[in-house]
Amino acid sequence: MTETITDQAARTEFHPRWYRERVSTWWWLGEWHYLKFILRELSSISVAWFVGLTLFQLRALSHGPETYARFTDRLQSPVMLALNAIAFCFVLFHAITWFNLAPRAMPVRMGGKRVPEFLVAAPNYALWIVVSAFVGWLLLRTP
Amino acid sequence: MADKIVLQIARYAPERDQAPSFQSFEVPLRKEWVVLDALNYIKDKVDGTLTYRWSCRMGICGSCGMMVNGEPKLTCATFLSSYGNNAKVRVEPLRYFPVVRDLVTALSDFLVKLQKVKPWLIRKDQPPLSEGEFLQTPEQLDLYKQFSMCINCMLCYAACPVAGLDQEFVGPAALALAQRYNLDNRDQGSAERLAMLAHPDGIWGCTFVGECTRVCPKHVDPAGAIQQYKLRAALDWVKSFILPRGHEDTHQEAAHD
Amino acid sequence: MIEQSTTKPSNEAFFWLLFSAGGVVAAILIPIQLFLFGLAFPLGWLPQPSYEHLMTLVRSPLVRLYLFVMCALPLFHCAHRFRFTLYDGLQVKHLNEVIFAFCYGGALLGTVLAGYLLWRI
Repeated sequence: MTETITDQAARTEFHPRWYRERVSTWWWLGEWHYLKFILRELSSISVAWFVGLTLFQLRALSHGPETYARFTDRLQSPVMLALNAIAFCFVLFHAITWFNLAPRAMPVRMGGKRVPEFLVAAPNYALWIVVSAFVGWLLLRTP
Repeated sequence: MADKIVLQIARYAPERDQAPSFQSFEVPLRKEWVVLDALNYIKDKVDGTLTYRWSCRMGICGSCGMMVNGEPKLTCATFLSSYGNNAKVRVEPLRYFPVVRDLVTALSDFLVKLQKVKPWLIRKDQPPLSEGEFLQTPEQLDLYKQFSMCINCMLCYAACPVAGLDQEFVGPAALALAQRYNLDNRDQGSAERLAMLAHPDGIWGCTFVGECTRVCPKHVDPAGAIQQYKLRAALDWVKSFILPRGHEDTHQEAAHD
Repeated sequence: MIEQSTTKPSNEAFFWLLFSAGGVVAAILIPIQLFLFGLAFPLGWLPQPSYEHLMTLVRSPLVRLYLFVMCALPLFHCAHRFRFTLYDGLQVKHLNEVIFAFCYGGALLGTVLAGYLLWRI
């Protein structure tokens, strides 16, 4: 049985009634740290948004230059620009929180002492910059 | 006119109340006083029925954890002066635990969970005494020392939303202590603990909110312990596919040299 | 409560590994592409790559693999994160199976779609 001691005790006839507060559905609005956590988790929606966008982009590409031109035109609408700006902010938030938290899962030890976390995070940032620069170069170069 | 500070304290008497309510007390604001001093003043001079836990008053026993202005704190380590003159300080029992009376919470749940993670050295073999003590280098000690600093104050459970939402979640302190023993080279029980804790109510219930680490008065970093444990469990899961038949736990180094 | 007799580690580990891999891929590969295609090119900050240039890039098998990984893994990362957000945020853990199917099923669908589109292009 999965009864906890708390449940058993609360049902005993001569045991005092313990007060247990039910956690509200809006618990995450109660504190800034909780809200920050939920925002971090919701950044995954922006990531999914981007993948969806990419799938539409690939479909447009496969249908020819006119369809692709219509796709890029639609990206210029104020609604799409706003949505993409918001998504970009969330994706950045994801990347930064991810690089900063990843070292906690993999403590690195050199010479018997623990390497400080920002030194473990730094190569991730470096890789990010290098890959981004390369992708940018690939897309922007005129062959 | 001496400085004063007002404490709004949650009161709950099960024989009389259906739910907690707040009662205000005016307390002298002494420069070196902590919240616990204020509580002791109230119990001494104002209302002897105020009920709360405390012991060492120096941040090592873990008894005096309460919510102070919505933050889990050790009341023996929280200075009144940090709230300013004429401030109102709200003192409530530790969040996410059942309240027994006033500021006292029921801890039995946690103790059951703690026992489940087997926070002791598990040995498969017992070397004879003639072989001497287990020897451990400073580097080997350093591997788990941080996680051994836990004083079981349960501030992390009061901070963790998952612990609040899911009664079955083993929780930060218990998982950090499990990891403390996993990383101790004298211990041979990693596999046994992993079988218990690689479970949706064990490590997989954690979503790395990180609040537990932020509130821990002893800088144990339970969130880090749990993420490391997840990585270890994941690698173990992969290994269980590559070597399906009774893979031995190969993490243990010999404790003797 | 936790059962005493499990000897095999839970399969949650698999989804967590996917989540981690997806998180790394999303963090490193997505920002630049979203910035360029979502903001820089439409706003004219940088010159748009021509249709021909993009098609040349996309026809390369390496780029197709890159794009597939960039689509597939982050989808599973999102599925995992969203699943737990539903558990904790909306406290709907009793709808466990439905949420599980919705999240990972959705990710699988997206992955298949990405594979199909990249194959056909």
